[in-house]
Amino acid sequence: MRYLPHTEEDISSMLHAVDAEDMDDLFSMIPGNCKMKGNLSLPEALTEWELNTLMDGLSKKIAVSPEYKIFMGAGSYNHYIPESVSYLLGRSEFSTAYTPYQPEISQGTLQAMYEYQTLVTRLLGMEVANASMYDGASALAEAILMAARVTKRKKVALSELIHPYYRDVVRTYLEPGDYEIVEMPSLGNGRTDISGVAGMDDLAAVVIQSPNFFGCIEDLRSTGEIAHNSGALFVLSFTEPLAYGLFKNPGCQGADIVCGEGQSLGIPQSFGGPGLGMFACHMKNVRDMPGRLVGKTTDMDGRPGFVLTLATREQHIRREKAKSNICTNNSLCALASSMYMASVGGTGIRELACLNYDKAEYLKRGLREAGFRISFDSPTFNEFVVEFGEDFKDTYKKLLKQRIVVGISLADWYPELSGRYLLCVTETMDREDMDALIKEVRS
Amino acid sequence: MKELEELFLPDDVQYTETHEWARDDSGSVTVGITDYAQDQLGDIVFVELPEVGDIFEEGEEFGTLESVKAVSEICMPVSGEITAINELLEEAPELVNQEPYNNGWIIKVKPDNPDEINNLMTSEEYVEMLKGEE
Amino acid sequence: MKELQGASGLILNEPLLWEKGKKGRCGFSMPRRDVVPSPVDEGLAGDGPDFPDLSEVDVVRHYTRLSQWNFGVDAGMYPLGSCTMKYNPKVNEREASLPGFAGAHPLLPPELSQGALELMYRLEQYLAGITGMDAVTLQPAAGAHGELTGMLLIRAYHKNRGSHRSKIIVPDTAHGTNPASAALCGFHPVAVKSGEDGIIPAEAIAAIMDEDTAGIMITNPNTLGLFEENIREIGEIVHSKGGLVYGDGANMNAVMGIVQMGKIGFDVMHLNLHKTFSTPHGGGGPGSGPVCVKDILKPFLPVPRIIKEGDKYTLSGDFPESIGKLQAFYGNFGVMIKACSYIMSMGSEGLKRASQLAVLNANYIKENLKDSLYLPYDRPCMHECVFSDKFQEGEKITTLDMAKCLMDYGFHPPTIYFPLVVHGAMMIEPTETESKEDIDHFIAALKAIVAEAGKDPDLLKRAPTRPKLRRLDETAAARKPCLAG
Repeated sequence: MRYLPHTEEDISSMLHAVDAEDMDDLFSMIPGNCKMKGNLSLPEALTEWELNTLMDGLSKKIAVSPEYKIFMGAGSYNHYIPESVSYLLGRSEFSTAYTPYQPEISQGTLQAMYEYQTLVTRLLGMEVANASMYDGASALAEAILMAARVTKRKKVALSELIHPYYRDVVRTYLEPGDYEIVEMPSLGNGRTDISGVAGMDDLAAVVIQSPNFFGCIEDLRSTGEIAHNSGALFVLSFTEPLAYGLFKNPGCQGADIVCGEGQSLGIPQSFGGPGLGMFACHMKNVRDMPGRLVGKTTDMDGRPGFVLTLATREQHIRREKAKSNICTNNSLCALASSMYMASVGGTGIRELACLNYDKAEYLKRGLREAGFRISFDSPTFNEFVVEFGEDFKDTYKKLLKQRIVVGISLADWYPELSGRYLLCVTETMDREDMDALIKEVRS
Repeated sequence: MKELEELFLPDDVQYTETHEWARDDSGSVTVGITDYAQDQLGDIVFVELPEVGDIFEEGEEFGTLESVKAVSEICMPVSGEITAINELLEEAPELVNQEPYNNGWIIKVKPDNPDEINNLMTSEEYVEMLKGEE
Repeated sequence: MKELQGASGLILNEPLLWEKGKKGRCGFSMPRRDVVPSPVDEGLAGDGPDFPDLSEVDVVRHYTRLSQWNFGVDAGMYPLGSCTMKYNPKVNEREASLPGFAGAHPLLPPELSQGALELMYRLEQYLAGITGMDAVTLQPAAGAHGELTGMLLIRAYHKNRGSHRSKIIVPDTAHGTNPASAALCGFHPVAVKSGEDGIIPAEAIAAIMDEDTAGIMITNPNTLGLFEENIREIGEIVHSKGGLVYGDGANMNAVMGIVQMGKIGFDVMHLNLHKTFSTPHGGGGPGSGPVCVKDILKPFLPVPRIIKEGDKYTLSGDFPESIGKLQAFYGNFGVMIKACSYIMSMGSEGLKRASQLAVLNANYIKENLKDSLYLPYDRPCMHECVFSDKFQEGEKITTLDMAKCLMDYGFHPPTIYFPLVVHGAMMIEPTETESKEDIDHFIAALKAIVAEAGKDPDLLKRAPTRPKLRRLDETAAARKPCLAG
């Protein structure tokens, strides 16, 4: 086996050095009734070339762009990734290193993480960002736990326009504690009805997503005011960070914790993972923040450098009193997003976000002109809800055969919205693709 | 780490088994950690303080001290109400290392029972205890 | 010993991203604008983030220079105990980046994602086979996430039986994440001390196991690199009081094809694909922490689960007793592809051979260094061995000094000051992918450092001198945190 360097000669001399007769001798302390009898039931080992053939075959049994025109978003977005980003990310100095516990020989990872933290704070308008969480959904669950720690309260108001899967994850995380979840319904315009929680007692957090699951931009400022009037934190979730290239960031509108999914920023969709849990807050709450942090300092000779810091919040030191149990995070995905943000740049991200917005507006307009109702009139980014009607299922299936995936039916998540579909357009969709979709659904 | 004979253990304070000191200033008890404790912890980077008005039992945790890689609980030498906290420590936690018995004090307590402080160890008794721990 | 591996080359300085570039540059090929601009609500539009504008060359040089300040497995031996820093095969990266896999949308209808579902189904089957457990979920994102999943499963199991247990036993030789994971589930961790031989005595468990205890979290092999020889008995004690046994499988690399985890009393365990199954650690992640269970816990597994009907695969959320979801989608699929590729490349014999060589390498290091460094538990080890700095106390040389000095010799230091049961611990896990020559160099380097400690302790205190930076001021970083520029 090419990954195992030992020759028979090496093995016998090493066995001799440890005073063992044979390999089995090394495991003599393991009681017989714990041992595995016979071989593992695995298929015969493949050569590199056989593996390539098999994986090529499996990967072709999945529908992907550009062969398919996929108008799907809902938490996973198809954006162009520069080859330079993929190439740099493949440098094994980054990918084959561990968590940077030894700063002298990990300055590459550490500076890159410090830069990532900085870019995230600038994107979201916050003061401090951690070095990543697993994904947007688990980041949201951790944000709510943090809000409960900060406020010492246990009631959470959750918008029903947060991604349904994110709400599922939140419920999983909150189930063991005696938390109370209050659902905030939606208004007819595609935004959350926050009025019900105004003045509510004992509230730890008011949580909304923007752009929300329907693609609508929420009223952040009012949500923040309602949260703060009740002494609660305003937690903002997102699934499409590119929106903040165009829209006002959450920090300048009163958000206390901002968390979400960063997959859009240079990370392949990869069937849903690994993604990037982004997590940011204000400095006054940093000691209640979960996750790893990189800070600036100097070395013995006074040269600037970076180290992991404020580690006393973390599981390996504070054990059962830790702010989270997270250890391994999604560092390499954070690095990818940094490389992406650096490549697109400040001027570029504005232009790219506008292009995404304009393309989605183009399709929205086209569908409206074709006679379909756009369900909500609030401004949207990339995604919007269209009413194709109850009998659209057959057309949907027919179009799948033509390699067009017309978004996602909302009926499973919102039964009252059956016949409505959530469509997504990014910069990767050409006008011809959108024109073709409009033509097909019209007929 | 300091050797036992290098430690500064003044006679005008009383000591706990958990390495706090307490000084009775006519009815108000000032509390900090001992030279031994600060030496063991190393560079203190953050002190988590209670709020004035909080009430704790003797032996109860009222705050924490953090070094780079450890968190240590600080416990009440006597039962009582917090009447003051050392706000200097928010900006300069190193005072706990540099002047543990002076500017590095942590809290002031109004004790429930003014005599309770006398249950604590004298410096000689504390030194004996440290010898036992070696 | 031949010439030192540690050397100073040309190390280029590199400013922070935002200290580079000029407004108006762009390193991204902007897609053609084929639609007209649409008006944006003025009240909602912002100014956009204050990112630097860089060219593609700026970005490439920046990250290339940064990468050169890093030490990875591809640079040299990385014997970080408990982390299993084995070689990360390159072909696995190819498979994970195949356009069909990398471009797959997670909400595609099953008929359009059969390849992804089949790969996940296969991996579940392989992991069940390797551990001897009955069912697997691939959803947890990392080891700690797997622990959380496992604790939620145990909680759901008890709840389903109408009982609420408040405690969980966590031995002092378990992984550091264990108590935090248990606490997240509302369990109060109860510590138990390992014996003088470094393993848990069954009597210690018998003494504290009661009907308010949900179970035990046990790392086997443990963090001292020792096999918990009383594991079956411990399992019986816990089970007899209605508790369950959680196995932390982070150290599975020692026992593949050798121990059948399903037979040693584990009801639930997690694996770390980023340790045992060769996927790269990425400077901290992403990982993947699948959880394997016995039949009794199967109804509670996270949803959705992958179902095979005939030769078709689907996803099903129809498990009413499930603990729910741990991530938005199905877990770190990109990592699963790499682990699956590894298992298929190694096969049954290859995996067993890997474990045998991992254990041989660790014992070889232990035997060769035990005269130079204090070995607190002098008995045959598994895949890692734990020394301490006790012999160097006279010179006031610490584990930290020796670790830093190893960098100058061209090695990544071992895990230090863990496990906590050994004062000044130095935990060495070579893994199976280090050759005898490399291990001999490592042994020689540590012996040279120990000799130096006797002659010129100051030299060690000054180490390292060859990396880009010398020791950093962590105290200043924590006192006045500067976390963004």
